[in-house]
Amino acid sequence: MMPLDEMYREIILDHYRSPRGRKPLDAATLTAEGHNPSCGDDIRLEIELKDNILKDVHVDCKGCAISVASGSMLAEAVKGKTFAEVSELARMIRLMLKGELDDPPGDIGDLGALAGVRQFPVRIKCALLAWVTLIEGLDKYAGGHPDGTIVVTSEHDHDSKKTE
Amino acid sequence: MTSQSHNDPAAVHPPVPGIDVEQIKADFPILAQEINGNRLVYLDSAATSQKPREVINALLEYYRKTNANIHRGLHTLAERATEAYEATRSHTARFIGGVQPEEIVFTRGTTESINLVAYTWGEQNIGEGDEILVSEMEHHANFVPWFELARRRKAVFRRLPITLCGHLDLSTIDTLINGRTKLVAVSHMSNVFGTVNPVGRIARLAHERGALVLADGAQAAPHLPIDVKALDVDFYAFSSHKMLGPTGVGVLYGRRELLESMPPFNFGGEMISQVGFDRVTFADLPHKFEGGTPNIADVVAFDAALSYLERIGMEKVHEHETAITRYALDRLSEIQGLEIQGPQDTSERGSAISFTDPDIHPHDISTFLDYKGIAIRAGHHCAQPLMKFLGKVATARASFYIYNDRADVDALVDALRDMRRYFGV
Repeated sequence: MMPLDEMYREIILDHYRSPRGRKPLDAATLTAEGHNPSCGDDIRLEIELKDNILKDVHVDCKGCAISVASGSMLAEAVKGKTFAEVSELARMIRLMLKGELDDPPGDIGDLGALAGVRQFPVRIKCALLAWVTLIEGLDKYAGGHPDGTIVVTSEHDHDSKKTE
Repeated sequence: MTSQSHNDPAAVHPPVPGIDVEQIKADFPILAQEINGNRLVYLDSAATSQKPREVINALLEYYRKTNANIHRGLHTLAERATEAYEATRSHTARFIGGVQPEEIVFTRGTTESINLVAYTWGEQNIGEGDEILVSEMEHHANFVPWFELARRRKAVFRRLPITLCGHLDLSTIDTLINGRTKLVAVSHMSNVFGTVNPVGRIARLAHERGALVLADGAQAAPHLPIDVKALDVDFYAFSSHKMLGPTGVGVLYGRRELLESMPPFNFGGEMISQVGFDRVTFADLPHKFEGGTPNIADVVAFDAALSYLERIGMEKVHEHETAITRYALDRLSEIQGLEIQGPQDTSERGSAISFTDPDIHPHDISTFLDYKGIAIRAGHHCAQPLMKFLGKVATARASFYIYNDRADVDALVDALRDMRRYFGV
């Protein structure tokens, strides 16, 4: 498969065209927003938490195919998981995208399709935006700031300072 | 654009006489390569241009035969380097309309040229309540230095608005430029819209009210014949690397009496005249602003870039790019849904064309085109205020130069069509 086809796999394009988790939640416990200034991608996550479990997730992502697909996959993957399980999943996805895992871990379903992004280093931050936003939101929640909207800015802020 | 003209583009867009693009392409070694198995189509010259063999050779020759520090050495190489460096200064002065060589200051780039003015003239002349007028289509280099200066000096930062069509909105300029206005900062050509702004008209208005004008020529100097005296600007800033020359060389033109009145910027090296324990005097223009050892090799190679452009002739460069831009605007408008920013009339714009696809993010556009060997730019183009105005987070931008032809435009259009099929939209 050509590298381009490996990044834009049918699974990715399907999630991009029909993102999951678009339905807003009635009872969100936590809202986290992420922004990637270098490409302008914006993501807003609403999460319903109960007993440390992510009961439901709403994802609203405006961005490129990779960030939208990654957010859509997140919506499917984290539902019903505990904080610890979600953190471990995010850690594995980061390692996979950075090429530190030879193969996608076996049990991550559609998310394995994100492995193709690792051949395009400038796009890795697109794939990570939803995950960074989720984990930072959960960390802040766990740290005792559960009220209101938690605004999380992606780790790639420095890219906005590039000049032409 | 009708399909008829698409079928016979040559009838509508005849090649510009005297421009042999095939020959020009052959002068740029970098273009003779493949990217992902495709011919490289370089459409990102607004970010930086490619360099002809003569410029690359000038750099090599300088280091092989001339390299020495300038103005201080008394040996043959030092004399040779000084002569080459100062010859480029004179050449640059001629290139922008025949100003005095002393009115040309070499910096590291357009950004540094603008910052130099903000930190010297600006600090000296802008005070509380004074007004600085900056257009909304500036990229950050001609926006942030003035924003920060206004903040430091408690001055008023005012915005010259733009229209949805990508022009400056001059309807209220009579009140925007007033007795308190000290400076108007405006780009000669927008790096997003491609719009060529009526700098001369703005300068006349500004001068009538006692304000100065700085024009950012980064996008204009590579593409248009420039005459800073006819434009009647006080400062004009541009970069070598967007006009076939090396990176790391910027030019600041300033009117002599202004430069003379301004304090130095960097202290040390060539800008010093005499240093005692109780008194320091500074060198005359332009060396007062060129502290330390300058970027000698790249300045010297910039001379070759200017010669290359002059050999074609800036009128011809402009004519060729206008033809390419017209052709590109027409062909891009054939793609359903594609939204093209900036003026449609090529008499009002240059060759940078920003566009968006309603279904595909600019970064996906850029990745897909790169796969086809086509280099464009995607992002906010360091013009975030402008993006905010457009209600967009990013655009894709194709920008053309003398080495681009209609085949390059066709490759772009074909790839954009393929892209829509690929993404299933």
